[in-house]
Amino acid sequence: MSKPKLALYWASSCGGCEIAVLAVHEEILNVAEAFDIVFWPCVMDFKVKDVEALADGEIDVCLFNGAIRNDENAHMAHLLRRKSKIMVAYGSCSSEGCIPALANFTSRDHMMQYIYHDSPSADNPYNFEPMPTWEVPEGELTLPKFWNTVKSLDQVVKVEYYLPGCPPEAKWTATLVTAAAAALAGKGELPPPGSVIGNTDTVCDECPRERNQKKIKRFYRPYELKEVDPNLCLLEQGLFCAGVATRSGCGALCPQVNMGCRGCYGPNEGVDDIGARLISGIASVLDADTDEEVNAILDTLPDPAGYFYRFSMSHSMLHRTDIGHTLQRSGDQG
Amino acid sequence: MPEEKVGVYICHCGHNIAGAVDVEAVAEWAKGLPNVTVSRDYKFMCSSLGQELIEEDIKEQGLTRVVVASCSPHMHERTFRTACERAGLNPYLFEMANIREHASWVHPDNVQAATDKAKALVSGAVHRVVYNKPLDAMEVPVEPTTLVVGGGIAGIQAALEIADAGYPVVLVEREPSIGGHMAQLDKTFPTLDCSACILTPKMFDVAMHPNITLLTYSEVEKVEGYVGNFEVTIRKKARKINEADCTGCGTCWEKCPKKVVDEVYESGLGYRTAIYRPFPQAVPKYPVIDVETCTYYQTGKCRVCEKFCPTGAINFDQEDELITYKIGNVILATGYDQFDPRRIPEYGYGRLANVFTSLEFERMVNASGPTDGQMVLRDGVTVPKSVAIVHCVGSRDRRYNQYCSAVCCMYSLKFAHLVKERVGGEVYNFYMDIRTSAKGYEEFYHRLLEEGVHFVRGRVSKITGAARQPGEEGKLIVQCEDTLIGKQRRIPVDMVVLSAGMEPRHDAAEVGHLFGISCSVDGFFIERHPKLDPVATMTDGIYIAGVCQGPKDIPASVAQGAGAAARVLSVIGKGSVRLEPVRATIDEANCSGCRICNTMCPYSAIDYIEDLKVSRVNPALCKGCGTCVAACPSQVITGAHFTYEQITAQIDGVLFDVLHQPVAEPV
Repeated sequence: MSKPKLALYWASSCGGCEIAVLAVHEEILNVAEAFDIVFWPCVMDFKVKDVEALADGEIDVCLFNGAIRNDENAHMAHLLRRKSKIMVAYGSCSSEGCIPALANFTSRDHMMQYIYHDSPSADNPYNFEPMPTWEVPEGELTLPKFWNTVKSLDQVVKVEYYLPGCPPEAKWTATLVTAAAAALAGKGELPPPGSVIGNTDTVCDECPRERNQKKIKRFYRPYELKEVDPNLCLLEQGLFCAGVATRSGCGALCPQVNMGCRGCYGPNEGVDDIGARLISGIASVLDADTDEEVNAILDTLPDPAGYFYRFSMSHSMLHRTDIGHTLQRSGDQG
Repeated sequence: MPEEKVGVYICHCGHNIAGAVDVEAVAEWAKGLPNVTVSRDYKFMCSSLGQELIEEDIKEQGLTRVVVASCSPHMHERTFRTACERAGLNPYLFEMANIREHASWVHPDNVQAATDKAKALVSGAVHRVVYNKPLDAMEVPVEPTTLVVGGGIAGIQAALEIADAGYPVVLVEREPSIGGHMAQLDKTFPTLDCSACILTPKMFDVAMHPNITLLTYSEVEKVEGYVGNFEVTIRKKARKINEADCTGCGTCWEKCPKKVVDEVYESGLGYRTAIYRPFPQAVPKYPVIDVETCTYYQTGKCRVCEKFCPTGAINFDQEDELITYKIGNVILATGYDQFDPRRIPEYGYGRLANVFTSLEFERMVNASGPTDGQMVLRDGVTVPKSVAIVHCVGSRDRRYNQYCSAVCCMYSLKFAHLVKERVGGEVYNFYMDIRTSAKGYEEFYHRLLEEGVHFVRGRVSKITGAARQPGEEGKLIVQCEDTLIGKQRRIPVDMVVLSAGMEPRHDAAEVGHLFGISCSVDGFFIERHPKLDPVATMTDGIYIAGVCQGPKDIPASVAQGAGAAARVLSVIGKGSVRLEPVRATIDEANCSGCRICNTMCPYSAIDYIEDLKVSRVNPALCKGCGTCVAACPSQVITGAHFTYEQITAQIDGVLFDVLHQPVAEPV
């Protein structure tokens, strides 16, 4: 009997997730043992036509990292979806948009204008801009069309499982791959489709710091504090920490080294919009009685949109009208 | 979406709704909404026939959910919940859509818009109601003790009614004596009985009553808990007097060398000493030392009162005391502040010596007042030969308060009568309208007309001492358009009395916040219903009486005091209250104990369980306000009857016509 087939793909993302796959260390050998890797362009020389040549549903598991930023990302998402039995949104970008989706605070036109014309470092005397198509004597050249809105994978194709994190912790990758291998071999069951592979509660549950009733008088950036109390909740010390609203599973790595949680594991189970939760949660503990005091405290938090929605803009309720209902984790757009 | 059998009932409310909403069309349209089994319209859903319609459908059609689209839930939610309950349906499986206040009344001229909005609201309720869960009310026992805040006539009446019925009362008064504004008055309209003569027996009853704990010179500092089970902390300010030793003999204030203007009781017209009892009939009889003005507290020397006190009752080291009581119900009777006429510069109060406020005038004509009842000018000797009384000062005036202060007409008439009676001069009443609507008031007005008082209709534009014509020298000239003859008049007088209106207490908003009730735009406390529930508030267990609810005279204040007492007594008599099951719960398995909610709860209902590292809601304390639900960053707090599921379903329902519209925007 042939081994189950595994595909890995990298869409709009930094590439850290590819490294994270290798961070399973020797487990990778078991992966190679258990799976037949049919597509992993970052590591092995495969072409798209190799995937196209496969029968529909022939790939058993596809770990898809990266957001959907342009036509090519979407094309690959649709192609791999068609060829795969189990589609996994691997990492924060494909799960909920991550850093690329921060671009959803602005528009494609504004970005093009800024990047190619207005930014201080732009040197573009001929006012070039990337064009989706261009005629040359040899024929027509094309570039993938750059989208106005960055979408998560589940906003483009149906997704079976989510593995959040920027990047995902190796143990959860191992959990998923092991479970999938066992299930495919008929020796176990996978969680219900639409599940997030990880814990259900928040980072605070894994964080050893002591917590008290909170009142925040101002926010600090880490360098602004001479000393950080290693045992006290960071939020109480004025360091922004998204741990209160972020799914646990990372082991509270950042808070344990005096760095507030960034929120890369996304919202905990049952929450739709982590940014909205963070905004109402953090706003609740501001130590202010008047609008002026509120504004003064918020002025100490640079880039609040970036703090609250660093990883989740694609899934935010602040979504563009063209995204449709964002939270159809097992939606039928496939 | 769960499958349920929903009954929808659209109320005409006579013409109130049907006048602007096509109710038949809404009822017909609602038949097409998901889960709707029955959809009807009816003239008056709140009538017994309307309610029976619901009951019959529940029994015969097997309805599992009910939606009534009618008025505000404040009005009839309880009515329809009870109807459902009678038919065996849990009352919380009922949902109300307000298509009167929210549709017909706000769009009376646009049937299409009002009808569309009614559809949206009905759709919201239908979508939501299938997610409603059955809930059960919780019965809790009621503490029999009642807290009455404010020792004016309304508070005194309330306290006595409850105490006479045999239940304990704690009466808290900010000033050193109870009595309130009524204790400052000389005569009361329209009967002209002596204010003190009818008030002081009641004050004495309060002092003597075995069921009343009287705390004067005290303020409520903290209120925790909920109806039937409040815990109230009261700050008993240090009188610097050992009450047990004091006999109220008065030696101390006779000997006290420090005189200060009495801004409270004498309205700035007279003096008191630094150790003082506000007035002879004060209850309790003990004086207080005003540490702000007492020479000893300012310089460290004096102690004359201590030297002369025959019983050694002076205690300079006495400190404020915090006392906590378990309280079942609260009656707020915190009264009013007089409008400060300095805010109307053209009337010259504070600048022109012989312009007086109404309370100053009350003190002046009071036999125990600073002038021993002599009606004199500011110099203390000259008897005025002519007096102008200006109505509506600070009331019915867009610049200050739009409302009518309700009592000024009558007390202005009373003043006119007193002037006629005591000094017999000319009296001019400057009025806009004479409002004498209660029993015996109009008769009093007619009596005044016969006494030869002049009535000039028009708002006074200026009061000045600058003479322009012969006969004006040395007089105050009141200028006004007499709108009955259509001419400007300048009337020279010796004395002007400004009939200043009533305003909410300067700290009414803070007091309201302390007890969890709200103030209206005018600043007075808001009653639960202006007509049908005037002494209750939206917070269970908190009642209001007297002028803190809105301007009113003594009979109305007394009636409200008694009314509030009756409401409280019915709760105490029953012995228990049913608490709304709408409250928050924390999913402890997923609570990570971040403690963000802990500081949020306005009712201190959230405890942090140190061992388990989770927060927990005390269901008896929770009022279901939803603050913690919104604050919880991990969304593990659920507000019963207002779950995320229910709210989003309702929003989806309201947006039924736009939710699934395709939107054209480039990807």
